[in-house]
This record gives sequence, C-alpha cells and structure tokens, in this order.
Amino acid sequence: MYFLTELKEGLIIAFRAIRGNKMRSVLTTLGIIIGIFAVTGMATAIDGLNAAFDRSAKAFGTDVMYVQKFPWVSNDDWDLIRNRPDMKLEYAPVLERKASLLTAVAPVVVRRAKVSTSKHSLEDAFVTGTTDQYNNASGNKDIDGRFFSAEESNGGRPVCVIGATIAETIFPNADPIGQELKVGGFPYTVLGVYEKQGGMFGQFTTDSRVFVPIHSFQSHFGNHAFVTINVRVAEIPKMEDAKVEIEGIMRSLRRLTPGKVNNFSINSQEILTETFGQFTFVVGAIGLFITGLSLFVGGIGIMNIMFVSVTERTKEIGIRKAIGARRRTILMQFLIEAAVICLIGGLIGLLLAFIIVQLMNSAFDLGATMPLSIVFIAIMVSLIVGLTSGFMPAYRAAKMDPVEALRYE
Amino acid sequence: MDNAVVINIQQIKKMYDMGGAEEVHALRGVNVEIRKNEYVAIMGPSGSGKSTLMNIIGCLDTPTSGLYEFNGVNVSEMNDNQLAKIRNKEIGFVFQTFNLLARSDSLHNVELPLIYGGIPAAERKRLATEALEQVGLGERIHHKPNELSGGQRQRVAIARALVNKPSILLADEPTGNLDSKTGDEIMNLFAELHNKGNTVILVTHEEYIAEHAHRIIRVRDGLVASDEVVARVKIPAVAAAV
Repeated sequence: MYFLTELKEGLIIAFRAIRGNKMRSVLTTLGIIIGIFAVTGMATAIDGLNAAFDRSAKAFGTDVMYVQKFPWVSNDDWDLIRNRPDMKLEYAPVLERKASLLTAVAPVVVRRAKVSTSKHSLEDAFVTGTTDQYNNASGNKDIDGRFFSAEESNGGRPVCVIGATIAETIFPNADPIGQELKVGGFPYTVLGVYEKQGGMFGQFTTDSRVFVPIHSFQSHFGNHAFVTINVRVAEIPKMEDAKVEIEGIMRSLRRLTPGKVNNFSINSQEILTETFGQFTFVVGAIGLFITGLSLFVGGIGIMNIMFVSVTERTKEIGIRKAIGARRRTILMQFLIEAAVICLIGGLIGLLLAFIIVQLMNSAFDLGATMPLSIVFIAIMVSLIVGLTSGFMPAYRAAKMDPVEALRYE
Repeated sequence: MDNAVVINIQQIKKMYDMGGAEEVHALRGVNVEIRKNEYVAIMGPSGSGKSTLMNIIGCLDTPTSGLYEFNGVNVSEMNDNQLAKIRNKEIGFVFQTFNLLARSDSLHNVELPLIYGGIPAAERKRLATEALEQVGLGERIHHKPNELSGGQRQRVAIARALVNKPSILLADEPTGNLDSKTGDEIMNLFAELHNKGNTVILVTHEEYIAEHAHRIIRVRDGLVASDEVVARVKIPAVAAAV
C-alpha cells in the first residue's frame, strides 16, 4: 500500500516534470528514441532476413537430399575435392533399388539454352533433364497441368514442364498447356506449368526452369558432366539414417575401401540454413553492438539531464525531505522519472521502427514482421537503461542534506 | 499532562568542519525545554546560531554532541530515515519563502506529508481539505501557488504544516516575505492555532513579531543569552541556563 502510494506519487511527479520541461524532455527522449529505433529496426531486419531465407530454402525441400560431386558449403581445401570423379546417371537406379528409406530418386542434369516461340524468347533458361520421378523427389510443388509420365520419360518424348517465370515470359497472355515451344531449337510440347515459388534463390527454384525427359535431353544436348541425384526420404525423422544408407550405397558404387574419404557429397537445405544462420548471427551481433552504442549514448544523455534536473530541483528535494520524504522516496522519485522518460522514448522508437518496417514491407515485399519478443525486449531494455542511467543522479538527490538543500536558491 | 515536555535539549553543541584545522562552533552548549502548548519565539541576529538551533529542533540536522529528547525519545542519534519519520509526523514546518511545490495545487501541496506518511488517498483528501478550510482557504484548494497571493501561499504552507497534527509548529521568519498587514493576519492565525492547543515555535529576528509569543529565547554566539516569559500569560516558569 505504502509502496503503491509512493509509486503513484512518483509517476505524477515524473509526468509533471516532463511536461514542465517539454523541450528538454523531447531532446532527451530523442536519444532513447533513436537508440531503441536502431536496435529494434536492426533486430527486425535480421529476423526478417532469416525468415525470408528459411522460406526460400524450403524450396529445396526439407525432406530432399541432393547427391552431388561437390558440397554446397565447404571449409575443405578446393584441391582436396576438385579431382573427385563425376556423378553418373547410372547411380540413380541403383540407389532406387537398394535404398529402403527413400520414396523417390531422380537424376537431374542441367544446362542453359534458349527457350522460344515465334513471338517470344528467353536466353539462358535452365533446361533440366530428369525422369518422371522428379516431382516426387523434390519439395512438393503444385503443377498446373501435369508432369511427364514414365513412358514419356523413358521414350524420350518431346514434352516439357515449365516454370512460372518461363511461362510468363514465353506465353505472356495465353495458357501454355498444349502449346509448343522450342528448347535450344528443338520443339517441345508443354504439359504443365509449375506454380510460382519466388524467394532469394530464384534461379534454383522451378521458376526459370524447363523440365524435359532425360533421354530427350541426352539426344538433344548430349551427355552432361554435372549430374545431381535428387532423393526424397520417407520420413523426416529418419533423414540421418537415410543419409547413412545413401553414403553406404555410394561408397560401394565408388568402391571406396574403409578409411578412404567420401568422394561425393550429400547436400540438403539445412546446410544452407545453418550456414546462413551463422552468417546472420555474426552480422546481427555486430549490428546490435553498433546500434546498442547509440542506445548507450542515449542513456548517457538521460543521466546527464537527470543530473541537471536533480541540481535544479535541489530546493524541491529539500522541501520534500523537510516534510518527511525518506531517502528511498526521493531515490524512487528520480528513478521513476528517468524510467518514464526512457519508456516513452522506447515506445516512440518502437512505433517508428514498426512504421518503417511496414513501409519497407509494402515497398519491397520483404515480409518482415516485428516479433513480439523484440517488442518485449525493447521495452525491458528502455526500462533498464532508464533505471541504470537514472540511478547515480537519483542517489545524489537521495543523500542530499536537507539543510543544505533548503538553503539552495 | 497538559504541560508535558515536548522538547528537551541538554548541552547541545554543533561544530562545522570548514576544512583543515578550521572549525566553526555554531552552538556551544545550549539548554532548552519547551512544553506542550507553549508559544515560543527564538530570537537572535544572523550568525548567532539561531538557524542551527532551529534545524536541530526541526530534526533537519543532528547535534555534534549533547542530548535532544523529543516527546521523551532521544532523537540526537537517529539516522536519516528515522529523522524523516519524526519530521513527517511530529513537526510542521513553515518557511519564510513558503516553499510550496510550484507545479502542484494547494490540495496536493497539503497532501504531500500525508503521502509520505502512507495515508490512503480518500483519507488524505479529506484531511487536506479540512486543513485548508482551517486556514481559510477552503475555496482555493485547486489553485497553484502562482495563482495565490503571498498571504494565501503562507496559509497553504501552514495548512501543510498542520495536516499531520504535529507536536510542534516550527515557523522560520513566517512573515519575512509579507507586507505588514498580511504579516499581521498570519500572526493572528498563529495565535488562533496556539489557542486551539498547538505548540508554536517562532524563529525570527524581528522584535515586534517575537512579541506575539509568550516566551522569548534569545540566542547569541551559540549560547542562550536569555529565556524569559512575557508577562501576559501564565506559563510555568522554565529554568533557563545561561
């Protein structure tokens, strides 16, 4: 009861003091506003970046692994891996036959070629040769129309499935399904169109790709050195087991004796998210440190003004002490004042950051949101900044000698 | 019981260390005893130690040596918080410059000692309004100090001093910043409060102000120079040490 009365009185005094010195309060608060704005803006940006990356990485499929010649991310010396043997298309049926934890296996080869109709064309589209299993052996993606069948795949039929970007470019105002287009000069009939994926890795998604049966690919473009074998695991929890299984099959295909290191790589999207996570962690830590400095400067501003405020109100402190205010009461009064200034600054900074984030979102389609945790942390941080920077001035006020304070003019 | 001793000061000394070997002896062994419902004036020229004595009586300061009993309780060795409590509950200060909080209205100024005393809000408002009515300012409880005349401000200050029903009213040159007519009104208010049973201690260097009191203690060079009862009223004689 007593504490609450004191708290209420402290709040009243704080608001009166802030209103009484509007200009000063605004300038002081500015430091905290900028500090909190910078910190929350930074944190939100990092958070948005991570979220966007995760979304994009999902395009690789959370349950899909890519058996390839090289790792996506490596700290190994390039000289150690550059002489690895090429992947072969023949590995795919072996994996499909021997592996028990996989639902689909699809070999994939890619090259760039011109895609065109009589009216429109696109240079350097990613032409992808694969089997009918491709759609099962990648992240589930919706197709308007259909993927090519096993017969079409095995028979090397001139059919294709195109990505959304290709469809938009080559068939701007028409339904592409059933239409004919030329891939590297050879005619293909469009069977289906992939739904748009977007994201940061546009060129790795289906958007700018043309999928053709692997036998058509071979007869039109020849054999290709860089083969990827897409595999999809049956159950995500058994991802690691599946990886071990694939590793065993690959090692026997490559006739690697025990003790020899793998000369192939099994990649998955989590490698990307982990690597990117480490990267954003470092960027975030540096960013928060730098923006934190501005908050620190803001805190020093508060401390400075609180010292001025305490000196200016020496007489008032004397009066309050004369009529019975205890040290704790005075201490609390000034702590509350500093905390209130910082809280107001923090809330304004938060609001500004929120507005900027919304503006950025509508301008660049970032999809960044300010997480509740950041809102909560920002409020706590401004409160803590207020209390720490207010403590020294408040302590000076609290231990003033009432006689001296009353005499002060 | 009517004449219970409120203030008992024995051989109070106060020294100020001015740095180095220099020491100022503001009080050099003062004895004062003040009983309930007395009306005492403490007089003395500046530098006499009168202000120091007032600060010690008001529990704003503690003596270097000697005994100070307030209502029979030794306060000369109390710490800051204990003194704050005595100031809050037992002493009502009235200052020359009123010392009201400029940003607060009359009511809030008078409520302040009650807030520090931990009185609940409703009770606080009732007591503060009562105190303001007692000094004739019932109509101006929501005026701020700058909307009041000097005399009215001093009345607010007196209401603030009275609101916790303290054992003593301690007034330091209460008319020093007022014209003589307003000053007289304030002195009449003190007389009225004294008649209602309050103990009033007046610190002044003005002879005609001191004459309102029933007993005059003169301080000179850190010692009590004289302590006499003014003839008009019968008050038990108090031994005065010189």
